[in-house]
Amino acid sequence: MSSAQGALLGTSLAKTYHVKDQPPVEVLKDCSFEFEPAMLNVVMGTSGCGKSTLAHMLAGYVRPDQGTLTIDGEPITDSGPDRLVVFQETALWPWMTVEENVVFGPLSRGGSRSKAVAASNNLLQRFGLGEFKDKYPGQLSGGMMRRAELAQALINSPKVMILDEPFRGLDVMTRELMQEYYLKLFEDTRLSTVFITAELEEALFLADRIYLMSDAPGRIVKIIDVDLPRPREISCTATKRYAELEQEALAALYAGQGEEDQL
Amino acid sequence: MTDTNLPAPHAANLPIEKYVLAVTGLVGFVVLWYASVKWLPIDAFNRLPDPLAVIVEWTSPDPDYGISIFTADYYTHIFYSTYRALSAFVLAVVLGVPLGIFMGWKKSVHNYAYSLLGLLRPVPPLAWVPIAILLFPGVELAVIFVTFLVAFFATTMNTLVGVKAIPEDYFRAAACFGASDRDILRDIVIPGAMPSIFTGLQIAMGAAWFSLAAGEMIAAQYGLGFIIWEAYNLIQYPTIVIGMATLGLVGYVSSMLVRWVGKRLMVWHEQKLGMAG
Repeated sequence: MSSAQGALLGTSLAKTYHVKDQPPVEVLKDCSFEFEPAMLNVVMGTSGCGKSTLAHMLAGYVRPDQGTLTIDGEPITDSGPDRLVVFQETALWPWMTVEENVVFGPLSRGGSRSKAVAASNNLLQRFGLGEFKDKYPGQLSGGMMRRAELAQALINSPKVMILDEPFRGLDVMTRELMQEYYLKLFEDTRLSTVFITAELEEALFLADRIYLMSDAPGRIVKIIDVDLPRPREISCTATKRYAELEQEALAALYAGQGEEDQL
Repeated sequence: MTDTNLPAPHAANLPIEKYVLAVTGLVGFVVLWYASVKWLPIDAFNRLPDPLAVIVEWTSPDPDYGISIFTADYYTHIFYSTYRALSAFVLAVVLGVPLGIFMGWKKSVHNYAYSLLGLLRPVPPLAWVPIAILLFPGVELAVIFVTFLVAFFATTMNTLVGVKAIPEDYFRAAACFGASDRDILRDIVIPGAMPSIFTGLQIAMGAAWFSLAAGEMIAAQYGLGFIIWEAYNLIQYPTIVIGMATLGLVGYVSSMLVRWVGKRLMVWHEQKLGMAG
């Protein structure tokens, strides 16, 4: 995995959804950002602020009404294996075994089966799913499904991983384990990442840089560089620097909410 | 996480209980039937054959009205009905499943076919009989056609619903990995719709039998529907019930076969249901 790839640049993105018989909903407006490659970029915002729309845009599922979006200088016009998304809902196909799910990408692009299976074994081993490759997704726990999905995405060597609240819905223990998992994966590979979350703790623990989003119509209102040393352990959340960063983020979040909350 | 092979918690004591209840239901029905025919002072009931008379006739080596498990005629009728139901069913699967798949998957096919199907579907099978007889050179084809229609609608509609129910994310994921339409059809659409397709096939099998019997009553010289109607006209009442019970049995067995094949093909689905239970 080349580390210099996966720079995402968004300029003045805007998106409004029109639902019949309802007022239009302005989801994104003047949303600009530069996600540097080989970084763990976290986008944080309250629910309904347009985070998921942003994820869909980066993936190429949704077109912006205005503004431009590029990856390594090339405009994003469609979905593709260079930008893979892990959503909060599992997208593993329930009728395929874990291994069949993982090798689907390489095989559908005409890759050799033996190579794909070898790569899959390698990834599943690494994610602690080696024994589960012949199980169906319905037989796995929530955390295992997320890991299988990561393997399913990573086997395609994407330039950038987009994770849209990937650990939402998992229990607290599993969630922490998964965060540590992803952290280790990132620290090993430096795979360019856009990680979307609504949880400040998760953002601070994982991020190189946090992009705070305003409420809808969403735009990036503040960037916080998280300079906690890597490799990180969960203990870093008890440091003074972590507390300072948390204060800074909270201050920015409350400032952004403004008048409405004082009612 | 590793306990995936355990049965569902309530499964252990179920089978015996299930059979006891099933047998109780059956026996109860037969007793009620016997009682109403023999003891109820109502003419309508007294005309009916009682279960004993039916069983005696059914298992008699020398039946009063010519049809029992020891006569070749009995099996000829079963053979004709089964052959018609199966031909209609196979035809319905071969045409209905692909049509349903493409209607569910491709908007344009859906737009072409949906309102037409919607209009034709509510027409009961019996209403098709005259047209079918005019349309086809022999009675045989006409009966098969009428039987086919009902099975075809059930198959098409359930397949369509099955494809529609596949979450959009499954298609998205496949597309973003670079899958072609052919891959998506083979790996996403067909397996994703499979549970619903098999529900449709079971309904189709059942529907095939009931419209078959109706068709045979009107336009056939052989078959279980035919013997029911013939026995009625000739006042051979026990034979009516023999025909009905046989229809029930072959219908039940054929639905069971469809279910069995479905289970074989969809290990993943069974396991998912097992986990949920």
